[in-house]
Amino acid sequence: MKKALEISNLNKVYKGGFKALKGIDLTVEEGDFFALLGPNGAGKSTTIGVITSLVNKTAGTVKVFGHDIDQELEQAKSYLGLVPQEFNFNQFEPLMKILVNQAGYYGIERSLAYQRAEKYLKQLDLWDKRDDSGRMLSGGMKRRLMIARALMHEPKVLILDEPTAGVDIELRRSMWEFLRELNQQGITIILTTHYLEEAEMLCRNIAIIDSGIIVKNTDMKSLLATLDQETIVLDIKRTNITPVLEGYITRLIDDHTLEVDVKNSQSLNDIFIQLSAQNIDVHSMRNKSNRLEELFVSLVGSGQKEIQEVS
Amino acid sequence: MSSKVNVIALKSILHKEVHRFMRIWVQTLVPPAITISLYFVIFGSLIGSRIGEMGGFDYMSFIVPGLIMMSVITNSYSNVASSFFSAKWQRNVEEMLVAPVPNWVIVAGYVGGGMARGILVGTIVTLVSLLFVEIQIHNIWVIIATVSLTSATFALGGLINAIFAGSFDDISIIPTFILTPLTYLGGVFYSISLLPEFWQGVSQINPIVYMVNAFRYGFLGISDVSLILAFSVLLTFIITLFVIAMTLISKGIGLRS
Repeated sequence: MKKALEISNLNKVYKGGFKALKGIDLTVEEGDFFALLGPNGAGKSTTIGVITSLVNKTAGTVKVFGHDIDQELEQAKSYLGLVPQEFNFNQFEPLMKILVNQAGYYGIERSLAYQRAEKYLKQLDLWDKRDDSGRMLSGGMKRRLMIARALMHEPKVLILDEPTAGVDIELRRSMWEFLRELNQQGITIILTTHYLEEAEMLCRNIAIIDSGIIVKNTDMKSLLATLDQETIVLDIKRTNITPVLEGYITRLIDDHTLEVDVKNSQSLNDIFIQLSAQNIDVHSMRNKSNRLEELFVSLVGSGQKEIQEVS
Repeated sequence: MSSKVNVIALKSILHKEVHRFMRIWVQTLVPPAITISLYFVIFGSLIGSRIGEMGGFDYMSFIVPGLIMMSVITNSYSNVASSFFSAKWQRNVEEMLVAPVPNWVIVAGYVGGGMARGILVGTIVTLVSLLFVEIQIHNIWVIIATVSLTSATFALGGLINAIFAGSFDDISIIPTFILTPLTYLGGVFYSISLLPEFWQGVSQINPIVYMVNAFRYGFLGISDVSLILAFSVLLTFIITLFVIAMTLISKGIGLRS
């Protein structure tokens, strides 16, 4: 498997002395769906900025499919497609022009660019808006436009910085499906997100960055396996007495909501058997929080602050 | 990247730039035509008729080349300054920065856009001036060379201004406080030979004097400065400003953090 992205000892010190990145090492394999997570100000966007040459690095190396951005910048850029966090297209240009011009910057002839623009505008449900200017679009449409723009040169690596921020649930799920399809077609996807559920559902590998340092870099399954306990919330028949479950810690939140801490080694069946023996019916069950979120909080020092934004 | 890729990228930037100023033609193409008409009515017909001849020509004929050049200078400069600064402000300049577009293509694309507007406005102003005065052409090649080099010079100036600008105010300061005074004192409305010797010397350091006079030579065959010196000044400015613009963009000044 080729390495789509290799980052070695990456450092960035901004004017004024703020150290945004402190020696980051990161490798993303070709075809991966990779999550880069971290609290606000952790260095996610700076890392993406350096990879896409929007931020000048202070030290370190970045290679895209083996092409060093210091020596073969244009070659490296040609593999990358970027969907930035902020809307950064010309608000006064029609959508079609935005896409066709973007393709032109990658040396794609206009006739082919128009074909691709039609293809991606249709796939992302923007075809009816093709002659409208960017400022006429809703927030979700603007996000989809930026995805279409990033795909115009058919990049091998697609980098998305908070792509579903401010997007409603239905649209977010349709975007997830679209990104999954792109990944299945062979495009390597690197994603930063505040929605940890998004990372857990989409990504195979993950790096967690905090204060400019990678604090965890592993595959999603291994990471989740390190979680030795999770809390489940049961919607039960109304009761005033906290049910006693042998071997489990329980909390009665209100007269019909019971929280149970479950270790990895424990069985859910056992909980239901014990509740059934006490004539307590369970109507529904859910995880108290996203599993990745619990790990994230434990790995990142400022987790309490962040959890308000991710919940 | 191959030269074909660069040519397509250059054409894309040019297309975008020309489309931009054509889309807002009421703001970009109409005002110069109205302004120049007022100049002709006031300075040419009303006041000019009392001035008599200048440099052997009636006053109206004398000021036509200068007025055309004034429009070319202003429009070439302001087109690039406002377009590039808007791209910075809206951050859509990042569309080019993340793409494999060499810096010289970005500079050439924006300068080409500025030249296109400058020359188009110059053509419109020339056509308007035909309503007021009969235009003679002494040397068409001098006219073409002067207008091309002048528009390139000021388009480069506008680009550098936009790179440094942090607000929309910053792209109006130089045109208001530097460009306009230099243009008005650049021999558009008078021959610098009329000035006292000291002010003639001072005028020699105003680059617009060389541009206006070379352009006037193309129309009327008269100039206060030598053509060789005028073209040398123009080429020196273009090379210097191009190197400065390339250096700024390569270092990412005002563009990359």
